[in-house]
Amino acid sequence: MLTRNRLLAGTAALVALSLVGPAAAQAPIKIGELNSYKVFPAFLEPYKKGIELAVEEVNAAGGVLGRKIEVVSRDDNGNPGDAVRVAEELLSREGASFLIGTFPSNVGLAVADFAKQRKVLFIAAEPLTDKIVWDQGNAYTFRLRTSTYMQTAMLIPDAVKLNKKRWAIVYPNYEYGQSATAAFKKLLKEKQPDVEFVAEQAPPLGKIDAGAVAQALADAKPDAIFSSLFGPDLAKFVREGQTRGLFKGVEVFNLLAGEPEYLDPLKEESPDGWYVTGYPWSELKTPEHTKFLNAYQAKFKDYPRLGSVVGYATVMSAVEAIKKAGSLDQEKLVAAMKGLTLITPFGMVEYRAIDHQSTMGAYVGQIGVKDGKGYMKNWRFVDGKDALPSDADVQKMRPKN
Amino acid sequence: MTLASILIQLLNGLAAAASLFLVSAGLSLIFGVTRIVNFAHGSLYMLGLYGAYSLIQFFGRTPLGFWGAVVLAALAVGLVGILIEVLVLRRIYRAPELFQLLATFAVVLVIKDIALFTWGAEDLVGPRAPGLSMAVEIMGRRIPAYDLLLIAIGPVVLGLLWLLLTRTRWGALVRAATQDREMVGALGVDQAKLFTSVFFVGSVLAGLGGALQIPREPANLELDLAVIADAFVVTVVGGLGSIGGAFLAAIIIGVAKAFCIGIGTVTWFGVEISFSKLTLVVEFLIMALVLVVRPYGLLGKPQAAQRAAEPAPRLQVPSWTFALVWLALLALVPLAADRYTTILLTDIVCFALFAVSLHFIMGPAGMVSFGHAAYFGIGAYAAGLLLKRFGLPMEAALLLAPAIAGLFAIVYGWFCVRLSGVYLAMLTLAFAQISWSVVFQWDSVTGGSNGVFGVWPSAWLADKTAYYYLALVLCGAGILFLWRVLFSPFGYALRAGRDSPLRAEAIGIDLRGFQWAAFVLVGALAGLAGAVYAFSKGSISPSSISIAQSTDGLIMVLLGGVETLTGPVVGAAIFTWLRDAVARNTEFWRAVMGGVILLIVLLFPQGLVGGLKALVARWREQRA
Repeated sequence: MLTRNRLLAGTAALVALSLVGPAAAQAPIKIGELNSYKVFPAFLEPYKKGIELAVEEVNAAGGVLGRKIEVVSRDDNGNPGDAVRVAEELLSREGASFLIGTFPSNVGLAVADFAKQRKVLFIAAEPLTDKIVWDQGNAYTFRLRTSTYMQTAMLIPDAVKLNKKRWAIVYPNYEYGQSATAAFKKLLKEKQPDVEFVAEQAPPLGKIDAGAVAQALADAKPDAIFSSLFGPDLAKFVREGQTRGLFKGVEVFNLLAGEPEYLDPLKEESPDGWYVTGYPWSELKTPEHTKFLNAYQAKFKDYPRLGSVVGYATVMSAVEAIKKAGSLDQEKLVAAMKGLTLITPFGMVEYRAIDHQSTMGAYVGQIGVKDGKGYMKNWRFVDGKDALPSDADVQKMRPKN
Repeated sequence: MTLASILIQLLNGLAAAASLFLVSAGLSLIFGVTRIVNFAHGSLYMLGLYGAYSLIQFFGRTPLGFWGAVVLAALAVGLVGILIEVLVLRRIYRAPELFQLLATFAVVLVIKDIALFTWGAEDLVGPRAPGLSMAVEIMGRRIPAYDLLLIAIGPVVLGLLWLLLTRTRWGALVRAATQDREMVGALGVDQAKLFTSVFFVGSVLAGLGGALQIPREPANLELDLAVIADAFVVTVVGGLGSIGGAFLAAIIIGVAKAFCIGIGTVTWFGVEISFSKLTLVVEFLIMALVLVVRPYGLLGKPQAAQRAAEPAPRLQVPSWTFALVWLALLALVPLAADRYTTILLTDIVCFALFAVSLHFIMGPAGMVSFGHAAYFGIGAYAAGLLLKRFGLPMEAALLLAPAIAGLFAIVYGWFCVRLSGVYLAMLTLAFAQISWSVVFQWDSVTGGSNGVFGVWPSAWLADKTAYYYLALVLCGAGILFLWRVLFSPFGYALRAGRDSPLRAEAIGIDLRGFQWAAFVLVGALAGLAGAVYAFSKGSISPSSISIAQSTDGLIMVLLGGVETLTGPVVGAAIFTWLRDAVARNTEFWRAVMGGVILLIVLLFPQGLVGGLKALVARWREQRA
């Protein structure tokens, strides 16, 4: 019942609120986020949840610069042309302060180039392409995720230790697969000059003829296989290879295959003993990860995928940058991003001043099967800063200015 | 390759061909009878996979559970096919040719979001077939037993279809309708029932093709579009309406792919050639080759002339005042609206020229193109590469780009004008895909899958408003020019050729020459649209040549109305605006987009502009 007392109390509370929080009453800081939600939903739905969690935590702690934050998300349709348009919409119509997000390499690079032209900070969340910080790097673009080169480099020590002579390679035929293959060949050859690459298969992304590919690789009689397949291609390759006995006595290395997004669908068929990069979420015991895990599970009643960590850490990076810059001025934000350090669920990362790459690490280990599910065993964490080329090499690759 | 590996790759190819054949046979059947280019056929295949996955979960992994699930899933997909036919397509059979494509495109969007909503985003790896999970050893190689079963299923289904088509009354009706559906109708056969039943059978085949893949392919949301292009290729290579042809084509393409993979990388005369990378485009190369040599596919026959229910309506000469008023209004927009409106309008203006150039070739010139993005993309790349690699000033690159797109149109067009109907359309698609794959692979020149960056306009055009005016002037001039050409003797000759090729040639029109010239003209102008688009974005990626871009063009033209001049412009504007507005506000924006298009399709079977014109005409009649 609405009594006079309650009415009075309510009014009083409202008045009090308006007095207490002049900061809260201010418009929130808008961060523009774009991604290919409908093209890569398996990765990006958890990613979106990671973003939501980060926003909630930041705002519960009072926001940044005394204002709440708001992440405005758009779908870029996986198309660079659309991405540039929605990026512009986020900036000019929504009044976003700067940009974060993107998944495929070509979209990431297009938005990076747009950011340079528009002189706006862009924190690329997921694109793995090495070019975004090296060959095509620019002053306004920073990248969070452990890149193709870094993840490949993390697998090299294990590959060298096994000392296999004959390697076969399979990769999805586009930028990510191509650069993973190139990096792997180069790095392995440096450490093990007598290595031989006996077969190379480049099926189109999402359309692998797994039986024929497995057969062609088996015909080359390799001692080991390096693969950068993921998603449906990976699942098909695993099944055909197992049925056809391709993996018997052959060591397999597969980038990304330990990420829950791609490992979980394989269930009881998860290939035992494969060397992978990934995210053993259930086994991490660091305080920063436990905190993240508990909050995530409490909010979504689901376990986090790697995408969740990426989404969460991207927003946190943006917030820390604002905090450090103390303003929303682009040049100040960019200056703040250089050398910015923050704690992510994967521990401390730093956005390197030299090439704007974060030192976010990854987990390297082997796939095991337990209770009809795949998991990562014998894993270790590799810090991103230990998987990067020398500063001199980086400077050679990155354009001056 | 050793003999053993050749044999095994042959078996791999045959196994891959089985499902491809089932899907394509269904597509061929549906097209043969209803003349509908069913874009949603791949979605039906995808539903077959998802359905089988869920049913196996429900029935359990026993042989009975597995096969029961496969059959039930196929039948359930057949029911979905009936739903699509009865609820949507039946209402628009009288619409202009190809309009049904628009409806099936909308269905694709809706089904994709329904699948996402029902089954979630994660890939679903189905179980192996109970009792067939092992491998069989052949010449020291292990091949999955299930693959051998698939190899057997193909000919069995072919045989059953053959019996159904040649030994039953229904089959006789289907064959008759494939040859001459008006005659079948005139003889008193209930067309509605026949069409529905054909849709059911075709959909069951698609569903079965999908469900049978469950041990080989995880159910995922990309399957629909991955399959549809292959199915079209198989159907056309085999010859439309020919089930035997589809079987043959599926085998050729399946085996060719397997051998490309089997051969792998070889070195000839010191040049390394990766046949494995060729799998990206091999089916389109085969299609181009087959169509150039055999214009009706391997086992197809020349299409019987369709008697158009009504001749295409007269084109109304666009009034100059009308066009100028619009141009003036558009020129005033930047003064009143915000920055983003200008940017969105720049997109719309580019797509409008793209759509008008497509409309020119598919409407008045009567040559449908499924690969129009080839010229848009080549124009964009030409502009970008001239600027970045040859160091030309931006203005020169912008003006030279259409010429280069035109050069490609000279080559592609020469082959295309030798064909007609859907075969022509598919050859244009083949050329577009071949161009796309070259751009996608040629890292050192085109930047490969990433594309070209830093394609920004000169300083005086850097301002978005200035660039908008440039786009408006160039694209507006292109559109007006194309409209003007339609009312020149050249344009009349083209329309004569569309309406009656025989008579047109009899009165001395060199039809092929004219059509070729039309190809080059629209190619160059689509190239202009692409170049203007490229500079507005600052980057170009292979997606500007992709099937998706070509499809967008078709949707714009059909949405606006293929029988009007202004339709494509309105279509381009509505489609671009819709995508911008819908994608912003909803999570399931694809379904909403599909729903809106379906609504337009059902309310305005002549397209938006065509429908509005009909409404105005009726209103005037009532007043008179």
